[in-house]
Amino acid sequence: MKQNTILWHGEMTTERALTRRGMSFLSSGIFWLTAFLVLPSLIFVVLSFAERGVYGEVIWNFSFDNYKRLAGFSSFGWTPDYLLILGRSVVVSLVTTLVSILLSYPLTFFIASRPARNRFVWLVILIIPFWTNIVIRTYAWFLLLSPDLPFARFATFLGFIPDGSSLYPSAFAVYIGMISDYLPFLALPLYSSVERMDWALVEAAQDLYASRYRVFMQAILPQTAPGLTVGIILTLVPTMATFVVPDLLGGAKYMLVGNLIQQQFGTSRDWPFGAAISMALMLLTLLSMRIYRRKGNTVDII
Amino acid sequence: MKKRHLVLQSISLFTIGMLYLPLFGIAVFSVNSAKHGWVWQEFTMKWYTGLLHNNYILEAAWNTLTLAVVSTLVSTVIGTLLAIGISRFPWGSRTNGFLGLMLNFPVVIPDIVMAGSLVVVFAILRSVSDVFQPGMVTMTIGHITFQIAFVALVVRSRLVSIGTDLEEAARDLFADNWYVMRRVIFPLLLPGIVAGGMLAFTLSLDDFVISFFTSGPTSQTLPLYIYSAVRRGVTPQIHALSTIIVLITVILVVLAERISRKK
Repeated sequence: MKQNTILWHGEMTTERALTRRGMSFLSSGIFWLTAFLVLPSLIFVVLSFAERGVYGEVIWNFSFDNYKRLAGFSSFGWTPDYLLILGRSVVVSLVTTLVSILLSYPLTFFIASRPARNRFVWLVILIIPFWTNIVIRTYAWFLLLSPDLPFARFATFLGFIPDGSSLYPSAFAVYIGMISDYLPFLALPLYSSVERMDWALVEAAQDLYASRYRVFMQAILPQTAPGLTVGIILTLVPTMATFVVPDLLGGAKYMLVGNLIQQQFGTSRDWPFGAAISMALMLLTLLSMRIYRRKGNTVDII
Repeated sequence: MKKRHLVLQSISLFTIGMLYLPLFGIAVFSVNSAKHGWVWQEFTMKWYTGLLHNNYILEAAWNTLTLAVVSTLVSTVIGTLLAIGISRFPWGSRTNGFLGLMLNFPVVIPDIVMAGSLVVVFAILRSVSDVFQPGMVTMTIGHITFQIAFVALVVRSRLVSIGTDLEEAARDLFADNWYVMRRVIFPLLLPGIVAGGMLAFTLSLDDFVISFFTSGPTSQTLPLYIYSAVRRGVTPQIHALSTIIVLITVILVVLAERISRKK
């Protein structure tokens, strides 16, 4: 053990004393996160290779059966059902994120271009949905898309749905619920970047006859990239895993990964399979972020 | 140029409309006296007064609040200690990397995965102690687990921004550890701790997934109650309840923004 006296921010101390004091600060947090985050995650990984007993109990016999089942192999042959659900989740998540980006840029520019004294009000307007409970906001769409209300009437008028029925369960309802639920998660971080943007660069690009596309790619995107990245992560992760929205607005035909996992921990009581799906979900989330990052790199190179 | 502004404005207003239309819809139906169907009858406040006599809802509201307060208190203390421990001591790069990973993990892990792993761990712990039966205790533990990281991240950024100059000055004037902590770091850090605590509190109120997985038969919270009410069949009371929750959110957001703007 080193016992040399050292100077740390004006304090004469020894390395050992400092480490001991630091550990006493860290101990409660490390204990808690180890007990309820790190260890559970590790157990979860192990669990995904285990087996479900007849009564839903866990049998610790390890195999790849859960993953094989997820890939569609069962004793009755191969079915793409689970893979379809996984694929659909990725599509829904990416589309939601993309539409949110397309809507968030105009919205954040609009707020940033308000006079300073009104800007606060507009910002609060954006923050309120961000903090409103997602169950309530999803349920609100459930209500709004109900039969005999204007939306459903209009769709009936156009001949999309029979008279007296609701607009859910449908892919349309899922998308509209997802986008309005998760758009603030993208718009708010993006706004923090847009607010600090240097508009002189945009004007310079315009003065130099850059096309609109190039103005966006070279003057706006690089400046807003930090906020956009945070926004994309905050949108991708929950949209990939959501189960409230598809549950209320999608129905059994439009199941997503979140519903599948929830089922394993609820009615089916097949925890090992639920853990295996969770692993797949984590993998897909990481992959989506990777795709985005690669795109982000090429943008920088242009 | 003018035309482009118009496009910008209409897209923005459309987006804001998409965010607020459902909330207004719920508010309108919460004062509609029709019990079934979606027809407007007449203005009424009876669904609101009915809430006060609905014991399930009152209990759920109480549970929601208790859960949020208790989990926020615990996670704010642990998160603050963690943040100070991380940023004020000379850890090696490996320890730092590990701690950073631990803090960012709850932010990027899907909540449903965290919820699932907690279900499994509580099932294992149940063989040790009955405390881990699904209910308020398990829910509180779940909430604290995801709150800690957020509190620590907020407090840590405040620690970075206040710098170490004043601490060093205090040390030079022969202040001991306890004095520096109590009279220098803590007062400077307080806005960060409050901000972290407020974040933790709202995260707890907003949470659905962790609560849904870890709750027991006697520990309904308001979001859980609304969710299950949709399955049982909607009553206008749910609209009234949702409207109240939205209004509380509005008040909290406006207050929080006012406070943070003053600073």
